[in-house]
Amino acid sequence: MDRRRLSQLFFKFSSHRIRFLSPKYEPSTPISGTIGRFRESLNQSCKAYSGSRQGFPAFRAPNLSVNHAMQLRRICSGTIEVQRNPSFSEITSDDIQHFVEILGEKNVVQDEDRLLAANTDWMRKYKGSSKILLLPNTAEEVTQILQYCNRRCLAVVPQGGNTGLVGGSVPVFDEVIINLGSMNKIISFDNVSGILVCEAGCILENLDAFLANQGFMMPLDLGAKGSCHIGGNVSTNAGGLHFIRHGSLHGNILGLEVALPDGTLLDMLGSLRKDNTGYDLKHLFIGSEGSLGIVTKVSILTPSRPSSTNIAFLACKDYLSCQNLLVEAKRSLGEILSAFEFLDSDAMDMALTHLEGVRNPLPPSLYNFYVLIETAGSDESYNKAKLEAFLLSSMEDGIISDGVVAQDINQANSFWRIREGITEALIKAGAVYKYDLSLPVKNIYDIVEEMRSRLGESAKVVGYGHLGDGNLHLNVSTPIYDDAVFTKIEPFIYEWTSKHQGSISAEHGLGLMKANKIHYSKSSESVQLMASIKKLLDPNRILNPYKVLPSSMLFND
Amino acid sequence: MKIMVAVKRVVDYAVKIRVKPDKSGVDTTNVKMSMNPFCEIALEEALRIKESGAASEVIAVSAGPAQSAETLRTGLAMGADRAIHVETGGAALHPISVARILQALVESEKPGLLILGKQAIDDDCNQTGQMVAGLLKWPQGTFASKVILDKERQVATVEREVDGGLETLCLNLPAVITTDLRLNQPRYATLPNIMKAKSKVIKKVTPEDLNVEIKSDLQVVQISEPPKRKAGVILSSVDELIDKLKNEARVL
Repeated sequence: MDRRRLSQLFFKFSSHRIRFLSPKYEPSTPISGTIGRFRESLNQSCKAYSGSRQGFPAFRAPNLSVNHAMQLRRICSGTIEVQRNPSFSEITSDDIQHFVEILGEKNVVQDEDRLLAANTDWMRKYKGSSKILLLPNTAEEVTQILQYCNRRCLAVVPQGGNTGLVGGSVPVFDEVIINLGSMNKIISFDNVSGILVCEAGCILENLDAFLANQGFMMPLDLGAKGSCHIGGNVSTNAGGLHFIRHGSLHGNILGLEVALPDGTLLDMLGSLRKDNTGYDLKHLFIGSEGSLGIVTKVSILTPSRPSSTNIAFLACKDYLSCQNLLVEAKRSLGEILSAFEFLDSDAMDMALTHLEGVRNPLPPSLYNFYVLIETAGSDESYNKAKLEAFLLSSMEDGIISDGVVAQDINQANSFWRIREGITEALIKAGAVYKYDLSLPVKNIYDIVEEMRSRLGESAKVVGYGHLGDGNLHLNVSTPIYDDAVFTKIEPFIYEWTSKHQGSISAEHGLGLMKANKIHYSKSSESVQLMASIKKLLDPNRILNPYKVLPSSMLFND
Repeated sequence: MKIMVAVKRVVDYAVKIRVKPDKSGVDTTNVKMSMNPFCEIALEEALRIKESGAASEVIAVSAGPAQSAETLRTGLAMGADRAIHVETGGAALHPISVARILQALVESEKPGLLILGKQAIDDDCNQTGQMVAGLLKWPQGTFASKVILDKERQVATVEREVDGGLETLCLNLPAVITTDLRLNQPRYATLPNIMKAKSKVIKKVTPEDLNVEIKSDLQVVQISEPPKRKAGVILSSVDELIDKLKNEARVL
């Protein structure tokens, strides 16, 4: 079969192609216009999968029900090719009846409005078509659901606050959605050791508010804190704003309870700092994006809450100055440095243009970069004096061009609002292509500049992120999704990152967006082992399918 | 012309207030303290008047414990030229005492304008500005949402937000102005200004130096928290809502 023939077949049978949905995209877009893109991306896929033993899954004889076989989704840009795994069952009224028996009527949701919200991701970019949303109240209920789904071969998608940025938290097709929002109880808190044990559906900000009353804090903080669940944070190994101070969740999570597809409730809920007995299995579930099990309870080590926090918002003339400032800040502020964030002037413009009530704390000028430094410690006057002395000497050395120091919490919040609001501003600006790269700090901004010269006037390239952790958020903003722009970004950006020994996902995870891109960051031996682990824990591949790992490695045998 | 601005150190606006268990006051240990937001607005207005050329000097003044100097330092970093700190130690200060202190400071510094926040967010008294105007026998423009200074005629035009509209007053200088929320948006303390502030002087005086006796006819009996709001319920039908409104809330 030649490729042309293949692509026709593909078009005919491969039904579900998941596309980025955008509110700006007309639903009535003629399908015919997309065929060319089908072919083009198919050819790319053939290349990408040419080494695969079984070949590309879309060519296997389709054995799909009519319902799923001929349904075609709208396309914007950034097509992700996925075919519904034909071995998955479709939900029946018997299944629903069974779920009602486990959970009770009101925790089995079939209401269209609520399903729409659960099917759509926060960016409104990814949309599934699940017909059922389950709201378990206990870990035992999660186990029962999973065991049943496994027996019936019903695919499931675990869902927390649904704030992910890579399409990992919404169904791709008709997966059963299991949302853990009702499991939001705090189980225990030890105010000597600072160890918090809670259910997976607790909202991060609520946990932090609870801890604040006890004089402690959550070791992670991110823009989505008001919605995201701790279970989702663990499953995606979320990083965030205080990573530089408190490190990864791999260090802060002391224990987990996880429901496995075979009905096991895996109790690893230790609350010990040190425990070297055998393989540390919990780490498998931190960052595996719900593809190995569903996290139901979390034990987390929380640091004492600092009584004094100071924040400075600074301007630097070039990227090198930002880098020098980081080196100096680590040297001079080491023990109190709790955040080191940067944004370029395009990111600042985004925030100023699209966020209500945001103003530039610095006089409008031609600054190219902004840096936000937060220090946290136990002595207000000592910390403030230390930060000010550092800032003044950096200014004298010419590393900082200008800057302001927050004098009260309101001002501090307004600085954070700029940095944390960029994601929201980008969504308001139109279409956005998001990349979350880990790179050596000295290379971080090169990719932004290269991307700018690659895309020219056709798109706005915005760079910001956690400079202290070598994590760049590179975002490309266009008025509407545009294939011409997309093909200039990918696969270039992944190839560039791979060439510079970076990671294509620093903290967002792979989700649906980058499941097929894992090879850019991991050796084939590693990916093979991951697939083996997946098959061992989830033999029917029902958990969060089509995500994290390439489907070709999981659905072909 | 000099402008004097009174600033107060209060529990930060964004901090959740905790009442002491014995209800004698608000817990301020290990709590972030900042400049009262209305005082920030007052200082910003003074700085703008100075920058427009209508004043030559801005003096920030504060009465309170040793740490009030930090609040004055913030004022200097915003751009005030110098500061006076009236050290009152731990003594409870009521508006009348602060008004007497300000009266004494005005008599020695002779500013053409005294600007204050309309109230402090900790005690919500809204009295000091009015009292000091009375003590000084100066005209007062309270709750200012716009201030225009006429240097030639030595008058200040003050717009005030009143019920249903705006009231415009014309005050002969010297005068007292208290500031409302919408008057301006205060500036941030920039690094160059923080650096300059380090060499500015904070003069320390005591109430005795000013011949002011700290006393009040008021006694705070008790501070208590507002009653906790009860959790809401989600109703499943309009009928249920109507039933609740009729029989539980009794508003229908």
